[in-house]
Amino acid sequence: MNKYLLKINNLSIDFGGIRALNRLSFDIRQAEIAALIGPNGAGKTTLFNCLTGIYAFSEGDILLFPPESEKGISLKGMKPNQITEKGLARTFQNIRLFSRMTVLENVMIGRHCRTRAYILGALFRNAATRKEERETVDKSYALLEKMGLAEYVNEPAGNLPYGAQRRLEIARALATDPFLLLLDEPAAGMNPQETSDIIDLIREIASDGLSILLIEHDMKLVMSLSDRIFVIDYGRKIAEGDPAEIRSNPAVIKAYLGA
Amino acid sequence: MTISSVFREIIRSSLISLWFVFLTFPLMVIKVNPIERVVHWRWGNMLYVAVTSFVLSLFFREVVRRRKLRETRPEEENRAGIALSIRRIFDEPGKRNMLTGIVFCFSLVFPFVFSSYQTTIMTTALMYVVLGLGLNIVVGMAGLLDLGYVAFYAVGAYTYALLNHHFHLGFWTVLPIGGLVAALFGFLLGFPVLRLRGDYLAIVTLGFGEIIRLILENWGKFSQGPSGIANISRPGFFGIHLSLDSAIVYMYYLMIVFVLATIFIVSRLQNSRLGRAWIALREDETACQVMGIDKRKTKLTAFALGAFWAGIIGVVFASKTTFINPASFTFLESAIILSIVVLGGMGSIIGVIMGAFILILMPEYLRPLSQYRMFAFGLILVLMMVFRPQGLIANVRSAYHFEKTKRTFHA
Amino acid sequence: MNYFIELFFSGLTRGAIYALIALGYTMVYGIIGLINFAHGEIYMIGAFTSFVVASVLSIYGFPLIAIVIMTGFAAAVWAGAYGYTIEKLAYKPLRHAPRLSPLISAIGMSILLQNYVLLAQTSDFLPFPKLIPDFPFMERYADVLGSSDLVILLTTTAVMILLTFLIKYTRIGKAMRATAQDTTMAMLVGINVNRIISITFVIGSALAAIGGLLIASHIGQINFYIGFIAGIKAFTAAVLGGIGSIPGAVLGSLVLGLTESFATGYVSSDYEDVFAFSLLVLILIFKPSGLLGKAVIKKV
Repeated sequence: MNKYLLKINNLSIDFGGIRALNRLSFDIRQAEIAALIGPNGAGKTTLFNCLTGIYAFSEGDILLFPPESEKGISLKGMKPNQITEKGLARTFQNIRLFSRMTVLENVMIGRHCRTRAYILGALFRNAATRKEERETVDKSYALLEKMGLAEYVNEPAGNLPYGAQRRLEIARALATDPFLLLLDEPAAGMNPQETSDIIDLIREIASDGLSILLIEHDMKLVMSLSDRIFVIDYGRKIAEGDPAEIRSNPAVIKAYLGA
Repeated sequence: MTISSVFREIIRSSLISLWFVFLTFPLMVIKVNPIERVVHWRWGNMLYVAVTSFVLSLFFREVVRRRKLRETRPEEENRAGIALSIRRIFDEPGKRNMLTGIVFCFSLVFPFVFSSYQTTIMTTALMYVVLGLGLNIVVGMAGLLDLGYVAFYAVGAYTYALLNHHFHLGFWTVLPIGGLVAALFGFLLGFPVLRLRGDYLAIVTLGFGEIIRLILENWGKFSQGPSGIANISRPGFFGIHLSLDSAIVYMYYLMIVFVLATIFIVSRLQNSRLGRAWIALREDETACQVMGIDKRKTKLTAFALGAFWAGIIGVVFASKTTFINPASFTFLESAIILSIVVLGGMGSIIGVIMGAFILILMPEYLRPLSQYRMFAFGLILVLMMVFRPQGLIANVRSAYHFEKTKRTFHA
Repeated sequence: MNYFIELFFSGLTRGAIYALIALGYTMVYGIIGLINFAHGEIYMIGAFTSFVVASVLSIYGFPLIAIVIMTGFAAAVWAGAYGYTIEKLAYKPLRHAPRLSPLISAIGMSILLQNYVLLAQTSDFLPFPKLIPDFPFMERYADVLGSSDLVILLTTTAVMILLTFLIKYTRIGKAMRATAQDTTMAMLVGINVNRIISITFVIGSALAAIGGLLIASHIGQINFYIGFIAGIKAFTAAVLGGIGSIPGAVLGSLVLGLTESFATGYVSSDYEDVFAFSLLVLILIFKPSGLLGKAVIKKV
């Protein structure tokens, strides 16, 4: 078994008396693509929001295991930017780009937590700052090329076609040098051709050794990509296993068909 | 446009005009002298309102109609008129350098060509350029609507006035102190309030600005109250005593230097890691945090830097007028600086400079119209938001150029 | 003890006036999420319209009761018309703009209206005619509660009852509540949202105008700048009670009125406005959802 990257223990969160996540537990291991599926309103995005520090969870714990550390770090009380710095990055279900910044700058924002220059660096542009800035630009451009976005470099992000915006979000997340990437419905609103492109893209990203946890409704994508699948409903985990196991799991069928 | 649609437009505008006649009737037409108990019926004003609102209505309805037409043809979007031609000048390096050269030479000879009265006015305009650029960091780049900006200006001015009055400290000594004290105030205020949502932040900063002014007004022992502090020293010039006229010229050149320094600093900030973080914060706070940006630290830096500039100009203001009192630091002052930023174009340096010149010089040179000054500022804020929210000159992010094999970049 | 009671009633009167203005803020915020910065100016315009109408009528020798009724009516109608127009011109085109745009537009509108009144009328203080006589039966209590305080308290109470009725039981009130809860959904079930927004502005403005009329005849003078401070204070009250909540606005106003009255009475009157501003800053920092408001969960 590979090393743990993420361990979720008995995670619960309440919104005004409604339990959105209920004693949820699972883990992600190194070099795997895991998928989180479940009916609408099951709590998938809420879980992502807990993982990335947007919501403060009420009970349980989330442990993150960056490559260099053996003992996990608890994400309890951590701010989103601290979590990103530890190596967890995400995209959003409803695309949230910095629409009036250029495509390149969007990716450069992702480099923010890996660079240091501040006021004095900006004013004096000393050798260290120039070097850092050059690296930021180069790495960002390389990511754009990888994602097939090089043609848009100086375009405002808001002007991009929908599919390109989705890819730009992934590029921006990758720029933060994560070891675990969370994708929130990467294929939402895409046609079959685009979906199959995004499947290839995710495979390519994963082939660099990055682990991925994704939320998706498109079963073709989920079944063809995932090593493991977690099914949640009403904030609880109802099943876990590889695609074949999930397909034949009675609880999953029941949740999806509502029988 | 067909005849019938022209006719329809005229009918609509007449109705709108009638509505405005009704609306303004009690305040525009009637004027009561309560002491002598006489009523003046100013019917002329009614005609005036009717005609003006009719014409404006026709005009604005046409603007809206054209704009809708343009939206249906996306290719030719927003390439309208003056703004674009100005933009084009700044895009071409040759023309840009020539224009910069002309402006620079003009600004150098200005005090020798024009009277010291003109020079004083120009110095004031330059102060507002710097204030505008400072507020532009906070509002334009970081997207934090600061309605209490004048408070930091007041802090700078009073820092100099008090240190000069009590300890006879000179302008150059206090200049950095004034800036730093203002930045400290910005930091102290920013610390608790920056987690507030945008509109709440605006109101809290407004409240803070008023608190500072009211304290200055009422805490007589500290600030000498409404009567203010007089006989503040002008800036020293290597220990030489300057006549009033040469002091004015000196002040002018000082401001030119400050403006150049501010432009340099702000443009460097704009294309830096920090500047990008500010803009990203303005665009989408949550996404920004999730991308690893420390929201509080980044906002605080913007807030404190903006305050620093206001503090510096506060010191300059106190030394220029040699007298300050709390009446110079009302909310309207914040509103004027905000109008400069909004008119010019939030985030755009050239835009803010133009905004400052238009809003400060215009009322000075159109003296008969100066009573309409604040009215016009209010109108500008509304019109700009409705018709051109990006300002006269929209901020365009700098482009990077790449070659396929060997990558080079310049910002 | 008498001093205490006097302060108590004067605080209550203040609070009642704040409530009339705060309701406009809270109703508009509840429906379109905008801090209508120009609302204080509507109150000021209400006071000026009252001044003009009442003075003209009294110069032409109308009886007091007719003056009071017609002035109240005129102030409410014109302020409502101003509210309606402002919404159409300055806020409606910005319905889908970034959040700060309508706020900047509102600030512009506020400056514009102030200077409009300054230019159209005067920058001086104007003496406001006394519309509320000293009732003989109030003489016994005159040192703790004046006649105009009584009228203000009674009028405000009556207006509150009417408003509650309107919002709870009428079709318009139901449509308003629906729009406040979910604009899109309200539109889908056939509510004309634009009309509801207009109505909200008109009602809010009319209430502010009544407040303007009452306070002007209570204090006895007005000028073009009264809207700014009153507006900020009423906004403070609305936030204190929990912006968006109608009972909250009333509660917040009473708390603010009493706080101010006791603070100026027992501590110092120099810092009257500082108390209000400090209170505003403190609530926004420590409990932005106010006394009766609900915390919002941000959606991602």
